[in-house]
Parts: sequence; C-alpha cells; structure tokens
Amino acid sequence: MEIPYTVTARPDTGLWNAKVGIWLFLASEVMLFGGLFSAYIFLRLDAEPGFWPHGLLNVPVGTMNTAILIASSVTVVLAWAALKMRQFDKYKIYMGITILCGVTFLVVKLVYEWPQKFDHFGAYIKTSALEKYEPYLGNKHLLSEGLPPRVEITGHLHNHEALHDPNIKEYEVGLDPIYTDPTNPKMDRPHFLYVPPTDKIAKIDKADVERATMFVPTHSTYFATYFTITGLHGLHVLGGVIVFIYFWLPVGSKLYRQNPEHLANRVEVAGLFWHFVDLIWIFVFPLFYLL
Amino acid sequence: MNNPPSTEPIEQETEHYAPQSHDVSKHVRGYLMVGATLLIFTALTVFLSYVNFGTQKANIAVALVVATFKAGLVAYIFMHLSAEKKLIYRILIFTAIFVLGLFWLTYLAWYDPVVH
Repeated sequence: MEIPYTVTARPDTGLWNAKVGIWLFLASEVMLFGGLFSAYIFLRLDAEPGFWPHGLLNVPVGTMNTAILIASSVTVVLAWAALKMRQFDKYKIYMGITILCGVTFLVVKLVYEWPQKFDHFGAYIKTSALEKYEPYLGNKHLLSEGLPPRVEITGHLHNHEALHDPNIKEYEVGLDPIYTDPTNPKMDRPHFLYVPPTDKIAKIDKADVERATMFVPTHSTYFATYFTITGLHGLHVLGGVIVFIYFWLPVGSKLYRQNPEHLANRVEVAGLFWHFVDLIWIFVFPLFYLL
Repeated sequence: MNNPPSTEPIEQETEHYAPQSHDVSKHVRGYLMVGATLLIFTALTVFLSYVNFGTQKANIAVALVVATFKAGLVAYIFMHLSAEKKLIYRILIFTAIFVLGLFWLTYLAWYDPVVH
C-alpha cells in the first residue's frame, strides 16, 4: 500500500501528512518536557537556603556541547536545503557532520560528564555540627555577605569503602578548592573553569553527617532532576542520530533516485525533531549549568 | 476540516511543493547567520551568569530571557514557523494552552492546605 500525501499536500490540511504528524508528536513532547521543567521549578523554589547546589557541573564542557548541538542544527537544515536544491553530495556531507555532532554530544555526556559526577563525593553536614566544620564552610563570612550558607562538603572520596563499611567512622575527603579557602571572596561564586579536588584532606565524622553519597540521582533533588532531564534529552539525541544514520545510509540514496522530494521531506521532519531537541537543551544548559 | 479528503490532486498545491531551489538557496545564508547568532548568545549567557545582577532571581530572569530569544530563533527560522500553514499554528496554540495548564497545576501546589 502506498502512503498518501508524502510529497503533495493533503487538500483539507494544506500540508503533506508527515508535517502534521511530526508537529502533533512535538506537541506531546512539549507536554513531556513541560512536566519535568514544571517539577524542576517547584523543587527548586521549595529548596531550603543552601540546598540547591551551584557550580557542580563543568561549564566549559557544557558550553562546548551546547555549541556542538547548535552547529548540528545548522548542518541539518543545510542538509535539507541541499536536497531541495538537488545537491545530493552536499546533503551527504552535511548529514554526516550532523551525525558526528550528535555522537560527539553523547560521548561527552556519557564518557566524560556523567562518570565524572559518579566519581565525585558530597556529605551534607547536620545542622548541629555546622559549627565544627566552619573552617571548611566559612558560613560566618557568607552570612555577612548576605549569601546562602554552605551545608555540604564535596570533593574526592579517598576511602571509598567508608560508604558501605559501618566500622569506618569517618570519610576522608580530598577537598574541592572552595573548602580550602572558604572565606576568600573569590570563592563566593562558582568559577568558569573546572578545578579538580585538591590534595588537602578533611576527615568528616560520620556522626556529623546527615547523608553522604557520590553525585548520583539520590544525592539531591538537584542531581535527581539533572540526571532525569539530561538523560531523557540524551535519549532524544540518540533517537535523532539513529534516524539520521538511516537516511545517510544507501536507503537514502535509493529513495533519492526514486523521489528526491520525498527524501527532502523526511529529512525535514527528522530535522524538526532535531531542532526541538536543540531547543530543549537551550533551556537545560543555563538552568542546570549556570544558575 | 470535516470533509473527506479529495482524491484528486490539487495542481496549485503540487506546484507549491515542487523543487524551489531558487528560494532555498536564498535562505542558506540566513541559516548560517542564525547559527552564528545562537553561538554568540550562548557565549553571552555564559558570561552574564558570572555577572552579579543583585539577586539570584534577577540572574535567572536574565538567563531565561536570553534562552527564550534563542529558542524563538530556532523555532522561527530553523523550524520554519515564520511561514507555516494555519493548521500547525492551531496545534501549537492548543499545546501552549495545555502546557500552561500543566505549569498552573504545579503552581496550585503552593496553595495546598496540607501543612507538612
């Protein structure tokens, strides 16, 4: 059976069918991500002072990934334009670049960013013990500046077994730079460049700790929403890349020889999906990385 | 909208979707410009996040204005919403209403009488 209206417009809608289809799908996607963003706003506004972390993500890497995604949005629209102009060779090149960009984005996320988080440790200090850790936290200084307090000590966990072994009474943490010099005004706000944990080790008594985990979803509502939203977004990137690879393979050239306009339309709807994924990231990036 | 689709192709519409290589080639430059603008505004939003606008809320507002502008560019130019058929706009108007309703539901939670 031949699918109708792949190239010509359906008289009652004035559009070829896939165009209506993809927009209805994107409408449902808006609801999906809308629910998650709504949850994000709610959780964030309800967070106690000091409990919504800042500066835990790697901003230069996030910026690079944003640029990669924007570049891929440009190349996919150029790939579509090349098909419209019947320049198949150019289409192959632009589509190839788009696929490379998508794969790079995913590799950076899955091989670098996420594992770096899983390797980072944070311990929330009990309110009653905050005074004891004041040399690391510098809360008197923050209070005088009118800034929210620090309630967590983060860094590299040297005795990993402490997470599971109840006989080990303290965590040995290679401190993140901020806790080595907490009253320095330069430390009041997050820095652009990522600086790894220092060699300065703090011993944190387990009895003083409210909860302590690696930077995994259970760490905080911040990381729970971060992994949920970037994970779902990453799955969308993966889906887009798979569809692009399909159009880039010989299937694409076969369809191009039969009906070039049909291939152009397919690339256009896949491109619409890709732009939407880019659009979501445009909001994810500042909300999680910068603010 | 309720009429069954006619099986006869409409000549005018077929023509509309015929190759418009001239039209498209004119747009290519524009797409590149939009891409460059988006990259510049990405750099701008990173820079602005390190500027202290007084309160955290003010910084969030500034970042969201920039993000909305960027998203608007993507939707308007890359997704061709600058010149689309009426049905698409109708779908999007309903989407906007429903997604605002969704946000409103969460907002209602602030007035939840249950005290934690």
